[in-house]
Amino acid sequence: MRILSWVYLCLAYAFVFLPVVVLVVFSFQDGRLPVPPFHGFSLQWYEKILSDTGLMTALWHSALVAFISSALALVMGFLAAHALARVRLPGSVLLRGVLIAPMTVSYLIIALGLLTLFNQTGIKLSLWTAGIGHVVINLPLCFAMAYAAMGDHQKTAERAARDLGATEAQVLWLISAPMLAPALAAAFFLSVTFSWDEFIIAFLLTRFDVTLPVEIWSMLRSGLSPATNAVGSLVFLVSITAVVATEVFVLRRAK
Amino acid sequence: MSLASQERTLARGLVAPAVLWTLAFFVVPFLAMLALSFAHMEGRKIVQGFDPGNYLRAFGDWSQLKALINSVEITLTVTVISVLLAWPLAAIIAWRVPQRFQRLALLLAVLPFWTSYVVRSYSWLLVLGKNGVINQALMGLGIVAEPLALASTRTATVIGFVHFFVMLLTLTIYANLVQLSPNYARAAQDLGAGRWATFAHVILPLTLPGVITGAFVTFVLCIGDYITPQILGGNTELTLPQLIMLQMGRSGNFPMASALSVILMAVVSLAYAGCSRWLRLDRV
Repeated sequence: MRILSWVYLCLAYAFVFLPVVVLVVFSFQDGRLPVPPFHGFSLQWYEKILSDTGLMTALWHSALVAFISSALALVMGFLAAHALARVRLPGSVLLRGVLIAPMTVSYLIIALGLLTLFNQTGIKLSLWTAGIGHVVINLPLCFAMAYAAMGDHQKTAERAARDLGATEAQVLWLISAPMLAPALAAAFFLSVTFSWDEFIIAFLLTRFDVTLPVEIWSMLRSGLSPATNAVGSLVFLVSITAVVATEVFVLRRAK
Repeated sequence: MSLASQERTLARGLVAPAVLWTLAFFVVPFLAMLALSFAHMEGRKIVQGFDPGNYLRAFGDWSQLKALINSVEITLTVTVISVLLAWPLAAIIAWRVPQRFQRLALLLAVLPFWTSYVVRSYSWLLVLGKNGVINQALMGLGIVAEPLALASTRTATVIGFVHFFVMLLTLTIYANLVQLSPNYARAAQDLGAGRWATFAHVILPLTLPGVITGAFVTFVLCIGDYITPQILGGNTELTLPQLIMLQMGRSGNFPMASALSVILMAVVSLAYAGCSRWLRLDRV
């Protein structure tokens, strides 16, 4: 039984890592096709993609959209969570339901709905419209994470601050936000990774300026290429760095 | 104004941006799409109205209905296989791996989760393709003479999906397992239950909330995904999201695409209704 467990664990890891290892290994391929046999080690594909202005512009766009939309989602989500956790409004349950609802709907449907709206109102597609879509998908996440992190502990501290004459803005900025910092940071990082990697909304709601996943998508049209492997490996490296950073800074501090 | 009502006014002000954003960019767009799904096309022009024709076509026209059936079949297959593979993985990490390595083991098990979604499907193409790693290995070992047709099949789509969702489900099931007190199993065994009975009647039912939650998320994400079937499944058999994109792209038929999206959302709602009812029964 014990040996079986370890065998299963190894097989599971092999399955999980197989495509990633193949991706990274063949990004160093010294040849035109990212499949066996491996012809030798070369950095030519990395040189190629790093000097590809279209790709680098898309990367910049992705970062821009990810950070701005996540910041917006975080601020709105935090404010709403702060209010709903503290005061019982008539219709609180309904409001919470409305805020969480986008989580249970496919991105494709959210994208199509927004596309319909933008078409009918004559709003031109751009990075901004994709950003609006990304706020829609990340707002429920930020709200739920901030809401879950609020406890009685926070409420007591907030009340004390108010009794001592703090304005509502001061309570929010000096008491609630710092106390919830780990949860807020985690929500922000998670939103950034979701937005950074999101395809279908960005694909349907951008036109001339596109984000990285959309640019990668158009690279795929020309078939298998080690250049795509190189881009994928770089994206992987960036995400891993972000995840490890979150793990080390945010979660360790939370303990 | 009393303090309580002042507080309420303030709270309303703080909730307002988030709620207005969700109304403007989620609820209103959905209603616009719903209205559009009852419009029809005359040539390349969209004519608004109340015409259930798109829905009749979605269920009456075999080529359209087939996409819905494909999607449901693939999604159910993926969900079941992923749960069956992820449960033991989560259990091994929770019970067999030493405590201080558990976080690392979990982090490693879900590491590829963080590659780009588009690139992950593409990577499977490198593994499963005609000249891919598996075919070259099998041919090199002399097991098969001709390359197997693995890519551009439903199998490839399912493998690509399962890869992604095993990682997701391992996380949710693990979170559930570590919260279980070992006392449950001990109590069952004290009362005379064997190892199998303990597992089947105590441990497994206790992990069901995590499993159902994970399975529901899998269902929602899987049935709405366009990339994986498009890259790995090819165009041999279409899923619902592929059909939606096709209706929009090639024929510019937004009303039909809207109707299909509404149907997609209805299927997800059905799944939700099924899960939540089941969960409540479970708690009683």
